[in-house]
Amino acid sequence: MSNSIKLTIIGGINKDGTKEAIDRVEVNPGDILGIVGPTGSGKSTLIDDIEQLAQGDTPTGRRILINDEEPDTKMRVDPRLKLIAQLSQNMHFLADMTVSEFLQMHARSRGKDPELMYRVIELANTLTGEPIREDEPLTVLSGGQSRSLMTADIAVISDSPIVLIDEIENAGIKKQEALELLAGEGKIVVVVTHDPVLALMASRRIVIKNGGMNDIITTSTEEKNVGDRVSEVDNWMMDLREIIRRGEVVEGVV
Amino acid sequence: MKLVVVAGTPGSGKTSVLLHTIRALKRRGNKPAVVKVDCLWTDDDKRFARLEVPIRVGLARDMCPDHFTIYNTEPMLQWAEEEGSNVLLNETAGLCLRCAPYPDSCLAVCVIDVTTGPNTPLKVGPLLTTADIVVMTKGDIVSQAEREVFRERVLEVNPECMVVEANGLSGKGAIELAELIEEGAEADIEDMTLRYNPPLAICTLCSGEKRVERKFHMGVLRHLDGLMEYKGE
Repeated sequence: MSNSIKLTIIGGINKDGTKEAIDRVEVNPGDILGIVGPTGSGKSTLIDDIEQLAQGDTPTGRRILINDEEPDTKMRVDPRLKLIAQLSQNMHFLADMTVSEFLQMHARSRGKDPELMYRVIELANTLTGEPIREDEPLTVLSGGQSRSLMTADIAVISDSPIVLIDEIENAGIKKQEALELLAGEGKIVVVVTHDPVLALMASRRIVIKNGGMNDIITTSTEEKNVGDRVSEVDNWMMDLREIIRRGEVVEGVV
Repeated sequence: MKLVVVAGTPGSGKTSVLLHTIRALKRRGNKPAVVKVDCLWTDDDKRFARLEVPIRVGLARDMCPDHFTIYNTEPMLQWAEEEGSNVLLNETAGLCLRCAPYPDSCLAVCVIDVTTGPNTPLKVGPLLTTADIVVMTKGDIVSQAEREVFRERVLEVNPECMVVEANGLSGKGAIELAELIEEGAEADIEDMTLRYNPPLAICTLCSGEKRVERKFHMGVLRHLDGLMEYKGE
C-alpha cells in the first residue's frame, strides 16, 4: 500500500457551536500527532472524525481530506480500500471465535492472506507477558493480551498508512515498543494520550477544549529531552514491574 | 411517497438510529412521517413526537407483527399522504426471523447490533438477506477488526446490500442513511409484493389452538427430524 499520504483536518465547531480555534491541521507521512485534553473534552470524537473521514456529516462539522481531496464513499466504507487502522479503547472481544479463526477472517475482510495470522500472533507475543495461543477463544484473552493482539493485527493485517490510537497507556503492554511498531515506516500516527512518554514522542500535539481544537503545540528540543528522561524512568518502572511479576525482590537491582 | 421499512433484532437500536435519521431528513427539507409497529407496548411515539413529525403507533397484539405490518401498509401510506409527508418510515417489530416484512418497492433497512458477535448475521435470515441496507450499530463498543469481521459476515449472506455503520448515541451514519432514503424508489401499493414468502401455512396456534397433544394440530407440520407432512382436510 502506498504510504505517500497527506492527512488534513479542517476545523468545524466546538460543543457550544462556535468555530474551533484551529482551522486546519496538516499531517505528513512519518509524523506522530498527539491529541491531549481533559477527559470528556472530545479527544475520541476527533479520532472518530478521522476514522470516518468525516465530511461535515458528524456533529463536529469537521472535514478530513486525503492528499488535499475529499475521499470518495467507497474509500470510507470498504475495509479493502481503508487507509486507516484504529486501535480503540475497546479491546475486550465479544466474538465467539478462536484467535486463529478471527485473524483469518479479518485478513480476508481486508483482502489479505489468512496465513498472516501466524505473524500477528508471533508479534503480539513480543509485546505481552503471557503468550497467546492460536486455538484459544478470543473471549478468554486478558486486557494486555487483547491489546497486544490488536496492535500486532494493525501492524500486519490492517497495515494502513494512517494509524489512530486511543489511550494505549492503559494497556499493560510495552507501550513504547507498541507505538514504534505501529508507526512503522512513513506512517501517519495520531495518538490520544496523557502519557508524557507518548505525548513527547509526538512532534506536535493538538489541545482539545470543550469539544474543539483549541491549540497546537510543537514539541521543543527541551520537551524532547524531558521525554527522553521520562522514557528512562518508564523503562526502569517496566523492569521493576517484571521483577515483581516474576515473584522476585527488587532489593539491590537498581 | 417513499416507503422505508426498518426492521431488526430487538435492542439493536432501530429507534435511536431512526431519530437521528429523521433529524437529518428534516434538515435536508424532507417531511417524514413515522409508524411504529410493536407487539404489546411501546412509548417510542413520545420520542418521535419530540421531533415534531406525524407519528402513529400500531400494536399487533395477538396477530403476527409482520402480517400486521403488511396488512396495514396501505392505510399507513394513505395516512402519510394525508399528513403531507414525502417519506413514510415504518419501524416494525418482526421478531421470529422467519419472515421479512419488506415489500418490493420500499427501501428495506435491517438494523443489527455488532456486539451480538460475527455469527449473528448467519442466523437472522431474510430480515437481513433481503435488505437493501444493513445498518451496523454499537460499533464503538468493539474493535475496528471486530467491526470489519462482522461486516464481512453480513456481506457473505447479503452480497448486494449497502452496509452503513451507525451509532444511535452519536448520530454517526444518519446523514448517509438520509441520503440513501432520498435515492430510494417510490412506493407503489398496486401490485406491491413481498420480497420473501411467508411461512408454509396458517398454524393451528395462530387460529387459537391451546392444546399441546399432537392430535389437535393440523396443516403442514414438520417433525423434529425434519420430516414434513400435511394433516387435515
